[in-house]
Amino acid sequence: MIAIRDLSLSIHGTPILRGVSLDIAPGEILGLVGESGSGKSMTALALMGLLPQGARTTGTALLDETDLLTLPEAALCKLRGNDIGMIFQEPMTALNPLQTIGAQVAETLVIHGRATRAEAQRIARDRLDRVGLSAIPLDRYPHELSGGQRQRVCIAAAIALNPRLLIADEPTTALDVTTQAQILDLLKSLVAEDGLSLLLITHDLAVVADMADRIAVMQTGAIVESGSTAQVLAQRRHPYTAALFAASAHTPSRRVHRADEPLMVVEDLHRIYPGARTLLRRGPPVAAVRGVGFTLHRGESLGLVGESGCGKSTLTRALLGLDPVQGGDIRIFGRSILPKMPDSTRAGIQVVFQDPYGSFDPRWRVDQIISEPFHLLPDAPRGADRRARVAEALRAVHLAPEDMDKYPHEFSGGQRQRIAIARALITQPRILVLDEAVSALDVSVRARILDLLAELQGAFGLSYLFISHDLTVVRAITDRVLVMQAGEIVEQGPTADVFDRPSHPYTQHLLKAAPRLPDMTERLA
Amino acid sequence: MTRLPPALILGAALSGLFLAAALVSLLWVPHAIDGVAIANRLQPPSATHLLGTDQLGRDILSMLMVGAQTSIAVAILAVGIGVALGVPLGLAAAANRGSWLDEIIMRGNDLIFAFPSLVIAILITARYGPSATNAILAIGIFNIPVFARVARGAALPIWTRDFIRAAQTAGKGRIRISAEHVLPNIANLLIVQATIQFSLGILAEAALSYVGLGAQPPTPSWGRMLSEAQTMIYTHPMLAVLPGLAIVMTVLGLNLMGDGLRDALDPRLRRGRA
Repeated sequence: MIAIRDLSLSIHGTPILRGVSLDIAPGEILGLVGESGSGKSMTALALMGLLPQGARTTGTALLDETDLLTLPEAALCKLRGNDIGMIFQEPMTALNPLQTIGAQVAETLVIHGRATRAEAQRIARDRLDRVGLSAIPLDRYPHELSGGQRQRVCIAAAIALNPRLLIADEPTTALDVTTQAQILDLLKSLVAEDGLSLLLITHDLAVVADMADRIAVMQTGAIVESGSTAQVLAQRRHPYTAALFAASAHTPSRRVHRADEPLMVVEDLHRIYPGARTLLRRGPPVAAVRGVGFTLHRGESLGLVGESGCGKSTLTRALLGLDPVQGGDIRIFGRSILPKMPDSTRAGIQVVFQDPYGSFDPRWRVDQIISEPFHLLPDAPRGADRRARVAEALRAVHLAPEDMDKYPHEFSGGQRQRIAIARALITQPRILVLDEAVSALDVSVRARILDLLAELQGAFGLSYLFISHDLTVVRAITDRVLVMQAGEIVEQGPTADVFDRPSHPYTQHLLKAAPRLPDMTERLA
Repeated sequence: MTRLPPALILGAALSGLFLAAALVSLLWVPHAIDGVAIANRLQPPSATHLLGTDQLGRDILSMLMVGAQTSIAVAILAVGIGVALGVPLGLAAAANRGSWLDEIIMRGNDLIFAFPSLVIAILITARYGPSATNAILAIGIFNIPVFARVARGAALPIWTRDFIRAAQTAGKGRIRISAEHVLPNIANLLIVQATIQFSLGILAEAALSYVGLGAQPPTPSWGRMLSEAQTMIYTHPMLAVLPGLAIVMTVLGLNLMGDGLRDALDPRLRRGRA
């Protein structure tokens, strides 16, 4: 049905795609896998005729007999929605916040002149029922829905006209694992029952392994390997596929020096937000953390997993002494940090954040960024001494000391995360809080950062509090794990035990929902 | 180096011209402006008087140049008052978002916004007498809430960024973070706002002088030149047109420069243009 032949694309002279050829048969799911910048989204935009200005293409992209690349804009408008529907990564921004969801689903029908307003409302209701939102009235606004529900609305709008091809660009990347599982199930059933074809674009091999009939692997604008899912995953003929596969399941080798010395002890911690303020009174208070207690030992890696809204960010802020708490106690190095964390304690507990782009002041140089925590030391090194310490920190994270005179925008995402780690290490802390520190990285970069973290832990005897929603990563790097749900720790124990024999229903649910790469070594044997 | 937007170049050229005129007039003017020579009054433009003379025989070009001094000085000082008081207030409000301090600052802002600026200016001059200093005060007071609002609005999203959290875990307090991280990251917005307030200040000074509440004779001012020309607008229109043109050109130049600066300094717009 779709036949892309030798598609090349350049934008303002920069080559983006090089000789891409793909086929999608009716009723088929094609998984297009690659890391950021590999050109997978551009391939989808080329099919939709939505390429940015200055784009030049060669080759053909046939939908049946029509070449999508040479079609004039008016004809493309007719085609979008009618024959090809698309859903995007971010359900928070893909919907217009000022329109009801019913209006947004009906919009496609009215624009294409397929239905009168009244009919469109009826069809919109039908589509929303189809995507599992039968309990949600049409007059709801996007902000009243959860992320998963919004993604369902996007899908309903995309399938409003019964398109033959649905393009899903990282449809579940912004969602929690349990929501992700539900959305993937929905997409699967749409293909099975309504005869759609699906082009599923993702960075996550585990997602396509479970979903796709065929897989195409993209690297720097070219397809390096394609074939049936079982075949690609089992044979991994191209080295890049093999590397991607290995990186996804990467477990860094760690030497554990756990000592029975508690560094951080949290007891019955409560964090309560005052209710939303209206004109004169406040709403009921919201308890984001309720009675949390755990201990972090020296040299240990402790994981904290939970879905968005479970309170793990709030807990992290409290542990870092950034927010007041309403009950309980936090003792770090044997000393309570309440009500205000002393600078000497702060120097011993540092943090690495998720976003490698937002965690540096764009106007600061790397040496200024890395030495900022020196503020905590009473006798902070100055001048040449300071630069020597920064150089040492950069070397520890395998960056060059000369990098200290550059600005953050000159580095890639992985390098920035190394800078963030260097900043956290500069005061020689004993505890490192890793707040989704590898979640925004590509799998191969993520694997290298995990290796670095394991190496640093061995070298400096660090304790890690590793906060993540990604169960694979938590399993790979932690010794013990805490599972958090609705402000409470529902299960804790050694990582292997919790993952292999979860006792709490929520943990079981979470583990079941997480997509996993099939164990190919077994199948090959 | 990216190309500068044309609006910025044109705006900077126009504003630069008037700034240069004001600076030159400090050292030299074609004719002394305190030389009243009734015999020379209302002459058309000539080689000696490039733009002619006014009803008292003073050289109009010289008057305009010295008048530029008054306008620019009043506007700069008024913007200075706004920046010096408004920006710290806005930063403090953003750093303590939702607190009583934020409330007090922002409601105080609303209060000043609610007063018609001319009424305040009249009040001040009624109490302390008309003068350029009082005009500066009156215009300056109204710049405070403008800068407080812009600073607070721009600072709030900065406060949600991770590098602020990193600075907090480095033990830095709110004041230090505001100065080190927030202010440099909102400076471009403040610069743009300052150019716009600067042009509004020139207009306000002209308006106050026009109604006699600004600079007093013999200090020349564009606004007063306009009001003095009023009675002769049919017989000698150039007397009104020339200072009017000076005001329009300066304000236009500053506004163009403000727009151009916004485009040149905003990284998002810069990316869009590339």
